[in-house]
Parts: sequence; structure tokens; C-alpha cells
Amino acid sequence: MTVPMPGGGLKVRGLTTTFVTPRGRATVVDGISLDVAPGEIVGLVGESGSGKSITLRSIVRLVREPGKVSGQVEWQGRDLMAMSEADLRKVRGAEIAMIFQEPMTALNPVLPVRLQIEENLSAHTTLDRRARRQRALELMNIVGIPAAERRLDEYPHQFSGGMRQRVMIAIALASSPKLLLADEPTTALDVTIQDQILKLILDLRDRFGMSVLFVTHDLGVVAATCDRMAVMYAGRIVETGTVAQVFAEPHHPYTRGLLGSVPRIGAERSMLLSIEGAPPGLIDLPEGCAFHPRCAFATDRCRAERPPLERFAAGREVACFHHRTVAAMAEAA
Amino acid sequence: MSTGTVQIALPAKRRRALPGTLVGAIIVLGASLAMAFFPGLFAPYDPTAFDYNAIMQAPSAAHPFGTDNFGRDMLSRVIHAYRIDMQIAVFATTAPFVFGTIVGALVGYVGGWAEALFGRVVDAVITFPFLVLVIAIVSVLGPGLGNMYIAVGVIGWVFYARLVAAEIKIQRRLDYADAARGMGYGHTRIIFRHLLPNAITPAVVYWMTDMALAILLGSSLGYLGLGAQPPAAEWGVLIADGKNFMTTAWWVSVFPGIAIVITGLGFSLAGDALADLLRVNR
Repeated sequence: MTVPMPGGGLKVRGLTTTFVTPRGRATVVDGISLDVAPGEIVGLVGESGSGKSITLRSIVRLVREPGKVSGQVEWQGRDLMAMSEADLRKVRGAEIAMIFQEPMTALNPVLPVRLQIEENLSAHTTLDRRARRQRALELMNIVGIPAAERRLDEYPHQFSGGMRQRVMIAIALASSPKLLLADEPTTALDVTIQDQILKLILDLRDRFGMSVLFVTHDLGVVAATCDRMAVMYAGRIVETGTVAQVFAEPHHPYTRGLLGSVPRIGAERSMLLSIEGAPPGLIDLPEGCAFHPRCAFATDRCRAERPPLERFAAGREVACFHHRTVAAMAEAA
Repeated sequence: MSTGTVQIALPAKRRRALPGTLVGAIIVLGASLAMAFFPGLFAPYDPTAFDYNAIMQAPSAAHPFGTDNFGRDMLSRVIHAYRIDMQIAVFATTAPFVFGTIVGALVGYVGGWAEALFGRVVDAVITFPFLVLVIAIVSVLGPGLGNMYIAVGVIGWVFYARLVAAEIKIQRRLDYADAARGMGYGHTRIIFRHLLPNAITPAVVYWMTDMALAILLGSSLGYLGLGAQPPAAEWGVLIADGKNFMTTAWWVSVFPGIAIVITGLGFSLAGDALADLLRVNR
């Protein structure tokens, strides 16, 4: 997923995160490389446990012990991995903000919403008290919380799930970040609210030219919001491309499986396909291609050798020896 | 309704009833504090005035709690003792609460080696019975209230720290803690602004209970002659004064004992009430 880009976006190269556990060493993120250009929304898709959330956290070094992160993360020309903890704190929240899956738990339960928004401002801007209050109100309006003036002094438990997610986005937006790392921000919400939040994120991208790295397992969400996507399996990226390309012509059997498990309106009624088996444990990954035990296309080569992620067309990469066959099958189907 | 007026039941203003425990705590502790600050208003006699015409008198209208072997009025002595015993409750627990909370927050947040080290300190302290350890320290430092505070402080903070550390450990793994780190906030801000307010409840509740325990401890040391020194009026000292006359003048020991029980009950109620109140916003 390497596209040339003008100036400062996010450039991840060989990002690897390992956890040493009593049962062995788990490589949760295994040599991931991806780019997010300014103003671009990139979707990172995969099943639970494929390492997509840890990838997101690894980018800003928010991985807990015993997790170890290595590789290169270049943000506007600076290497986040080599940065001191103090310098990194100036980037986190100010230039790169993060929102989480569970709006129920990601807000501090004992602080009123106003304080939580203003806190980001006092940490990362030079605004005085009055200006901070004003900005907090403005942010509440931007994210579409009705009666913002009154609700600023309420506590998180007084907000509904969708409203809390908006509050979280308001906090994240407080210092006008250039990149938003969104960790399944709509998963815990019901679909109508989900749609509102997605529209909000798209709108914010358009208004503020913000980049978004969007982690999700929901292909519908990817189709609705993202420009490009990367599919993750067992800690590696197995396919990348624009959303249109990947949806139209999946080259990896896993992507094909994922797409086959989503119902489509207008298509002929057919059985939904599921991917047989379960994702492998990250401590003892299968030899060769990690997907081979679940793959209909697997050959002896797949069992012995790990396919590298290779570029096969402009802006398209795949990690599969048989991707031509897979794509041809998709077309025939 | 024959007059044609219509009565409309106005919705009663919604009000959360005060928990009974809180009412009890306010009454008992309020009265205790009043007596601690203004004993003169309540005590009928000077607590140190000897009256050789009224020695070892049983409770009567003139001396409701009787008199001791120097003819001192027991009611007045019990009331004046509130000052010392309430002071013990507060002084012996506040420093351990504050210090223990801070240490516990740091230990819980840092984890790893800090936790391992702190674990050994806890082991060392809980190996000994609390009272025995305090008595040992006081007997080295010398008897007196000041040294008692030191002895209790040296050990007592460990229990607060243990509570807070455990709670911080839970809190720091929650999403909002990660979110705070993701916002680029510093460690100090995360610990004291975000985690501690969510983690301090058990320590506050324990603090209240600890005040009751501190009064018991203060009285025990007073009784043993290691705490407040006679002729100061302190419940433990008063009980010790009366121990030789238990069979002939029970009132000398019994009334200070009742005062201890009631005050201890007040702090326990306060602990329960706080536990209830602080849970509301969860």
C-alpha cells in the first residue's frame, strides 16, 4: 500500500508488535506497511483478533507491556518510533487523535463532559479559560449534540451511546488533529446512529482535510466511508487497493471470502458464503501462508512458503501465489 | 368536592431520601464534634476539679455518670475526652490516608517492579498484628499521643496504599485511561485527574472505618499507658482509672466505654453512608 504522496501524511513501514506470553511469543502485528495521505480515509479490515486494533495503537505506541513495537512510523516527516515519550505526547491528541470502540467506557465517568473537552485544549493549545469554554461549545455543535450549552455540564452517564461517541469525537477534534485513528467507532452503536456517526466523520474530513485510519470488521462501513482499504489476516496485510477495486475484483481468497459473507441488494438470491474454520492462534501460526488451512486454493507451495505482499497493478497489492486464479473465479461468478 | 373546587395533586418535588445511615452518622458525629470543640458548653463541672466530698459516687441527678476516686465528675470527664479522642480519630488517619493514597496510585499505575517492591512491604507489615506493631514502635519512641500518631502513620498508610493500588490497576486498563494516554496527557495528569477520582472510593470508605479503629487503638494505648497521659481525660485512660474499682464503682469504666462504642458506631455509619453515596454516580 505504497502510493507516492505529497508531503506529510502517515507512512508506516514494517510495523511489528509482539507480545511475549507464558505460552510463547505472539506476533500480533507482523511487518505492516501502509500509507494514509492527507484528507484520505483508509479502512483497515479484518476479523476479530487479526491485529487491526493493535496496529492502530502501535502507530502511536499505545501498546501496553509486555507488548513490544518495532518498525517505522513516519508522521509528517518525523519518526514516531524514535521520538521521546515527551515529544510523542505533543503529537498524541494534538496532531493524531484516537477514538475508541466503546463510547460507554472510553469517557471518564467522574468528570463532566465540558472538563474532558477543555482538558484536551489546555493540554495542547494556548487558549485561555474563556476561549476554551467557547471552543468546547463550538465542538459540541460541530459534532451535532443538541442543547450543547446545557449538556456540557452533564456527566457521560447522562448521554446515550451515540451521543457519547459524538462527545468522544468532540474531544478528539478539540485540537484540530490532522489524523484521526478510529478504532471501530460505530461497532457498539445501532445502525441508524452508526450512519450518523459515519456521515459526521466524512463531513469532518471534508471540512478540515483530516486523514482517517478507520479500523473495522464491517465491510458495509468500509464501502460507505473509505477511499482505500487494507485487508488484514493474522497480523499481516493480505490485500490493498481502492475500495472500488477490492470490492469489484478481490484478489485474495480471504477478501473474497469476506465479501462473499455480505448480503447484496439487487444480486440474485444466493447462499451467503462463510469462511470455514477459525482464525489461527497468533502464537503458533501455520507454516507458509497463514490462511492456507482455510483456503480452497491452497497448494503445497502455500503450505511451505509465505507469499509476500506484492504489487500487481497500480495501487493494488496482494499476498497470494494464486491471486490471478482467485480474481478470475470472482469474475466468472 | 361539594364546593366545586378541584384539587390538583401537585407532583411532589422529587427528592432522594437521605439514607438512614447518613442521618445516623450526622447525628452521632455532629454531637461528637460539638463536644470536642465546645466541651465547656456541655460539661456540668470542671473535669479536673477534685471534690473530696463526692468520691466514688454512683450515678445520681447531680452526677449522672457518677464520680471517680478523686470525686471528679465522670460526665464532664467523658465529654472533655471527646476532644482528645476525636483528635486521635482525625490525626491518626489523615496522614496515612493521604500518603497511602498517593503511594498506592503510583504503585498501581507503574506496576511491575514498583508493585513487586510494594508487595514485600505489605507482607512485612501484615505479618505482625497491627496493635503489637504500634505498641512496639511507641515503646521505642516513648509514650504519648505524638509518638502514637507517628507509629500509626508509619504502618497505617500501607492499608490505604494497598486498596488504592488494586483499584488503580483496574482503572488503568479501562478504555478511558487509554483514551487519556491517546490524548497525549502526562502521567501525573492521568493518575491524579483521571484514575484517582475513579479509584478512591474504597479508600475513603475505609478512612471512615479507620477513624473508628483509631479511637479504639488510641483508647487501648491510653489504657496501657502508652497513649494520652493522665490526668488528661481520654476514654482509654478513664477506663484504666476505673479498672481497680470495677466491682465497687462500675460507672467509672463503663461510661467511657459506651462513649467509645457510640462514636465508633458513628464513624462506621459514616463509612456505610459514603459507600452508598459514592456509588450513585456509577
